[in-house]
Amino acid sequence: MPFTDLVKEFETIDFKDDLEAVRPGAVQKTLDRVDARTPLDRQDLLTLLSPAAKNFMEVMAQKAQQITRQYFGRTIGLYAPLYISDFCSNHCTYCGFNTSTGFKRTQLSLEEIEREAAAIFAMGIRHLLVLTGEAPDKTPLSYLTAAVKILKKYFPSIGLEMFPMDEDAYGALTAAGADSLTVYQEVYDRKIYEEVHPRGRKADYEYRLLTPERGARAGFRAVNIGTLFGLGDPMGEAFMAGVHAKYLEQTFPHVEVSLSLPRMTKAAGGIGPKNLLSDKGFVQCMLAWRLFMPRLGITISTRESGPFRDRLVHLGATRFSAGSRTDVGGYVVHTQDTTVQFEVTDTRSVAEVTRMIRESGYQPVFKDWEMF
Amino acid sequence: MRINLNGSPVETTSRSLSDLVAEQGVNFSSLIVEYNYEVVKQASWNDIHIKDNDTIELLNFVGGG
Amino acid sequence: MAEDVLILGNKRFSSRLFTGTGKFASKTLIAPMLAASGSQMITVALRRVDPTADQGNILAHIPETVTLLPNTSGARTADEAVRIARIARAAGCGDFIKIEVITDMQYLMPDNHETLRATRILAKEGFVVLPYVMPDITITQQLYDAGAGAVMPLGSPIGSNRGLEMRAMIQRIIEVSKLPVVVDAGIGRPSQAADAMEMGADAVLVNTAIATSEDPCLAGKAFSLAVIAGRMAFLATLAGTRKGAAASSPLTGFLRE
Repeated sequence: MPFTDLVKEFETIDFKDDLEAVRPGAVQKTLDRVDARTPLDRQDLLTLLSPAAKNFMEVMAQKAQQITRQYFGRTIGLYAPLYISDFCSNHCTYCGFNTSTGFKRTQLSLEEIEREAAAIFAMGIRHLLVLTGEAPDKTPLSYLTAAVKILKKYFPSIGLEMFPMDEDAYGALTAAGADSLTVYQEVYDRKIYEEVHPRGRKADYEYRLLTPERGARAGFRAVNIGTLFGLGDPMGEAFMAGVHAKYLEQTFPHVEVSLSLPRMTKAAGGIGPKNLLSDKGFVQCMLAWRLFMPRLGITISTRESGPFRDRLVHLGATRFSAGSRTDVGGYVVHTQDTTVQFEVTDTRSVAEVTRMIRESGYQPVFKDWEMF
Repeated sequence: MRINLNGSPVETTSRSLSDLVAEQGVNFSSLIVEYNYEVVKQASWNDIHIKDNDTIELLNFVGGG
Repeated sequence: MAEDVLILGNKRFSSRLFTGTGKFASKTLIAPMLAASGSQMITVALRRVDPTADQGNILAHIPETVTLLPNTSGARTADEAVRIARIARAAGCGDFIKIEVITDMQYLMPDNHETLRATRILAKEGFVVLPYVMPDITITQQLYDAGAGAVMPLGSPIGSNRGLEMRAMIQRIIEVSKLPVVVDAGIGRPSQAADAMEMGADAVLVNTAIATSEDPCLAGKAFSLAVIAGRMAFLATLAGTRKGAAASSPLTGFLRE
C-alpha cells in the first residue's frame, strides 16, 4: 500500500486520546518484548511515546543504548551542511527563508561552491549535506548536478536536502554522485500542514510525502526523514514519523533510513507553547524510535545545544553535524550579511565536537564508506 | 564407668581420654575430642580423667560440601 | 587492571572459585584438584568418628595456603550449628564457618531463620560467617545487620547440578546486597559458574560437579577458567557504566520536564 494510503488510515485517529490511554503495564509489556528481542509493532511505538512511558525513561535509555551499540558500535558519524542557495518561493510560516521575509538572497556560483567545499574539507568533514531553498528556476537540475560533481571531488558522501523532485531528477543527481536524500515532511498532520504551507509548490502534501520513495527508487542509498517539532502535537508527529521510517525500511530494504529531530524553540513566532517539545520529550522520541527500529539512524544537528548533544551521544544518536554554518557561503565566501536558516546553538568546531565524542567513549567517524 | 560417647551410653574402663581413644581404636592424628562440651587439645588427653556421666564426643573432619 | 581481590573477613582471595571436599571418590584427588583449580578456600564437614571407617585425616590433603571452611552440616537448629562452629574453631580450623542448617531432608533446603540466629551468635564471637541460604532479600539484609561475612544463596538444590534455577532471585540479591554474594549449590557446569559471575556474583562455591566428575582436576581447572571469564566479562560491562554510575538514573537523570 502506498504510504499516502497508510497516512489516511491514521488521519481518523486522535493520538492524544490513545496516548493517554496507555497504562504502565503496557509499557512494561513492550519493554519485555524488547528484552525478548521480539520486533516491536506500531502499538508498541505508541506505547513508548505515551505519558505513561515517561516513568520508564531510564530503563528505555539503558536498552536503547545497548541496542545502538549492538547495531552501530560506539560510533558517531560526522557531517556538515553547505547552503548553496537561499532563494525560496515557499511561504512556510516557520522558516527563516520564507519568501516574504525580506533579505538579500544569495546563491553560490560553482567556483564559490568549490571554495566552500575546500574549507569544509579542511575542517575534516567527509560527509556533506547540500541545501537549497525551493526555487527551481534559480537552481535548475543542471546547476545542481554540476554542483554535486564538483563536491564529489572532495567528499565521498553527499547528501541533498532540497525541494521535492521527480524520480528522473533524482536519478540524475544520484548519477552525478549524490547518495543520500533528506526531506522532512515538516508536519504529518495534514490540516496543520495546509495551514503552515498556504501557497506555493510546498503546499502539495502528498507530493512531499512520497518524496523519500521517489528518491529510494532513483538510487539514493540513504534517506533521512523527520517532522519539525513545534508544528503539530509532538508525540503524534513522532508516531507518524516512526511509522513512515518503518514503512521505508520495509519497502526499500537496500536503503538506510534515518530520522532527525528538528525542533522549534520558543523564539519562533506564532507557535503555541503546547506544541513545543521539551528536552525530556525529545529524548523520549529518540528512545522510542530506537527501540522500535534498532537499525534506524538518528541525526542530531547543531540546532541543539552543546551540553544537550553531549548527553545524546549516549542515548542512541548515530550522526552529528559539527562546525555548521547555516547561511549561504557561511564558511569562507560570504561571512557577513547573509541570513541563517536557523540559529546554530552548538557553535563548537569540528575538532571540539570530535574531542567531546572521544571523551565520551565513542569513535567519531568521518568517512563511513566510499563508492568505487 | 558409664559415659555418653558420641551420643550413646557406653561402659568403659578407660581412665584417661587417651586411654579411651585407644580403646575405641581411633586414629589420633585426625581426632578432635570434645569433653563435656569443651574441645580438649591432644596434649591434654592424658591428663583428663574420665568420670561417670561425662559427655564425650570423638569427632573428625571429613569431606563435605 | 587493578588487582581484583575478594576480601572476606581478614583474608584476600584472588580466586573466586571456592570448592568442597564432599563426594570425592578418593581423598587423594583433593590436593591435585586444588592445585589445578587454584581454589583458595575449601569446605570440610565435622562428623563423629566412625571407628569402622577410613581414619585418614582429610586436613592432610589440604595445603596450608588454602583456607578451611568448615560447614555446620548435620545441624538442624541454630544451637547445633553454633556448637559445631565452636568445635571447629577450637580444633584449629580458623575463624571461617559456613552455616548450613537444613531441615528439609529431601531437597536439602536451608532453614533461613535458624541460619540467621546462628549468624547473630557466631558473628559476635568473631567468626567470619558465610551463611548458606534460600535466596531472599530480606534475609540478606538481616544477615548484613547480623554481621555475616557474605551471603551464600543457593543456585539450585545441593547436588542437583541444575544451575541457576534461582537466577532471578540471585540477580535481585546481587543488586541489593551489601554483603559479598557467593552462589553456592547447584552449579553443575562451568558455563553456569561463568553466568553467575557475569551477573555480578562475587564468587561461586562448587563441590558436587567437580568431585563427581570423571576428572576432578580437569573439571576444577575448567571451573576456574569459567569463573575468571565470567568475572572479567562483568568488570568489562561495569567499566562502561561506571562513568555515570553515581546517579540512579545515569543516562536520563539530567532531564527536567
